[in-house]
Amino acid sequence: MSDLLEVIELTKFFDMGRNQRVHAVENVSLTIAEKEIVGLVGESGSGKSTLGKTVLGLHDKTSGQVKFRGEVLPQKYQAKDFRRFATNMQMIFQDPYSSLNPRMTIGEIVGEGLKLHQNHDPSIVRDKVAVWLEKVGLHADHMSRYPHEFSGGQRQRIGIARAMILEPEFVVCDEPISALDVSVQAQVINLLGELKESMGLTLLFIAHDLSMVRYVSDRMAVMYLGSLVEVGKADEVYFDPKHPYTEVLIGSNPEPDPELERSRPSTAIQGEIPSPVNVPAGCRFANRCPKVMDVCKNITPQLIPLKDIERQVACHLYT
Amino acid sequence: MSSVTANNSVSLLEVEDLAVEFDTYGGIVQAVRGVSFSVEEGKTLAIVGESGCGKSVTVQSMMGLIPMPPGRITSGSAKLKGHEILGRTVVNGKEIRGSEIGMIFQDPMTSLNPTMTIGDQIAEPLQVHRGYSYKKAFNEAIRLLEMSKIPEAAKRARQYPFEFSGGMLQRAMIAMAIACKPSILIADEPTTALDVTIQAQILDLLQDLQKETGMAVILITHDLGVVARMADEVAVMYAGKIVEHGMVDDVFYRSAHPYTLGLKEAMPTNDPSLQHELKPIEGSPPDLFSPPQGCGYCARCPYAMQICNKRQPDDTFLAEHHFSRCWLHHVSSPNKPDQLYFKEEA
Repeated sequence: MSDLLEVIELTKFFDMGRNQRVHAVENVSLTIAEKEIVGLVGESGSGKSTLGKTVLGLHDKTSGQVKFRGEVLPQKYQAKDFRRFATNMQMIFQDPYSSLNPRMTIGEIVGEGLKLHQNHDPSIVRDKVAVWLEKVGLHADHMSRYPHEFSGGQRQRIGIARAMILEPEFVVCDEPISALDVSVQAQVINLLGELKESMGLTLLFIAHDLSMVRYVSDRMAVMYLGSLVEVGKADEVYFDPKHPYTEVLIGSNPEPDPELERSRPSTAIQGEIPSPVNVPAGCRFANRCPKVMDVCKNITPQLIPLKDIERQVACHLYT
Repeated sequence: MSSVTANNSVSLLEVEDLAVEFDTYGGIVQAVRGVSFSVEEGKTLAIVGESGCGKSVTVQSMMGLIPMPPGRITSGSAKLKGHEILGRTVVNGKEIRGSEIGMIFQDPMTSLNPTMTIGDQIAEPLQVHRGYSYKKAFNEAIRLLEMSKIPEAAKRARQYPFEFSGGMLQRAMIAMAIACKPSILIADEPTTALDVTIQAQILDLLQDLQKETGMAVILITHDLGVVARMADEVAVMYAGKIVEHGMVDDVFYRSAHPYTLGLKEAMPTNDPSLQHELKPIEGSPPDLFSPPQGCGYCARCPYAMQICNKRQPDDTFLAEHHFSRCWLHHVSSPNKPDQLYFKEEA
């Protein structure tokens, strides 16, 4: 498999004035192979969404590179860059309520990309929108309706149709299911799975539901306070976490199995994710880490491959 | 209508046939349609269901938090230690809300008063319900914050909500809810807005406090993982009714209602030996403006029969505390799917 997307030492800071900077994403390197699904997990405030948006050019890059099929993407997107890359790369947003314009009909929302990028005849756009609405499990005659007439699950399908209609190669799904009920989550996940099969999609799947990420992804990347701490095959990372943070994260994930829950000890750790404004020196997890050593407080560990298994970990336990 | 009650002991809280509806511009929404359950001292009852199934309205009506109008409790009773509490604020001269029953909400950011310090907010119920002086109440508030494992409680008590993180606010809310030593704590999606690591901390805290104080907990959630971790008993709600109720093991390992089974199959399991397909429940919940004549789940149920569309099923008891409200459990049902648990023939 060849690499479709390459993220090289990507950094994104937000300046807040008064010499304060939010270190939202710092020095992240990640490659995504063609037709692969990479799950990105981490607590809120860890920079998952910022990473996804920076990769797509929705935020300017502070430093670092993103390569798509070997081509270096611009540091700061101009309108023409969006026009060019939007047909290759798309995004599905977290909140199906605020990400659809309430004044546009579904037909306009889903068809807008086609109209902008492919200069089609209105009747062709209409036909294509109809096809895509059917593909995501809605009806063609929903085209003339407005977003408020749909439920959360249906809106998320509209968001998916809007992203997919240009037949992109790479899609960032930013928490596509976390606003949905359990019974509807599975509908959306299966839909994404089917589209992936039929279109040969590559996905960056951002979520905080670990069980769902393990289920969906080929590989899993764990993020903490702007940096990747562990990357590996999804099942292996889930069942054999190497980084102490991954261990804590997976241990905190309650399983729908009462006997298992009664038998396993609580792994709750003290403290919360620190503010990304004042990033501690050394390992960012050091102040909460149950296995902290002296070296952790001074030297930032790099994401390095482990010897025997296919895994990258940023932790001094493995250096 | 029967309710699940332990044989000898009187339940702490007993809810019978509760029904709540709301007037809206579109018509009358029958949000809760005859719900019965009971809660024992020191136990945790989890109420599970998807959004709009009536789980929050059920507990809000017990707390007197339903705005009337447009809301209306059309039938039913809720008895706390044998005394009716629906439509009342005082039992035996004691305020119920905030005193006998404490409640914590889903979104701690919007549930606290941004213009009052955390300490003052926790002290308030003590001043109102217990007649404490401000100073005594404030000192008690600091002790409660310590009980909720907030570091530097004395300093934190003088801070405002915006200075707290989401997890810390939820701890402060818990401190406030337990201030008057309630016999029941209602937790309405207490961890839905929190990260898993913080969720684990809050769930541990709730369990510790329950052990210390012996209070009962009613936990409302849609996360089956949280249920498995916390609950003694589980009530599964769908379209304003309880469709299955039982001890936690009964509901998880001997699921008897197609909806419970559907929920379980729609979630990924983390059993490495089992790579099952996610089976979504197709369709969406019924419109409660005109609830279906028969079983509410009928339109989405893979095992639906003709009768399901026409008549409400009754509760069928499968064990002492375990019932399912489904026609498949009727003695003359022709279909007994293998995936569901059925009462063993005597």
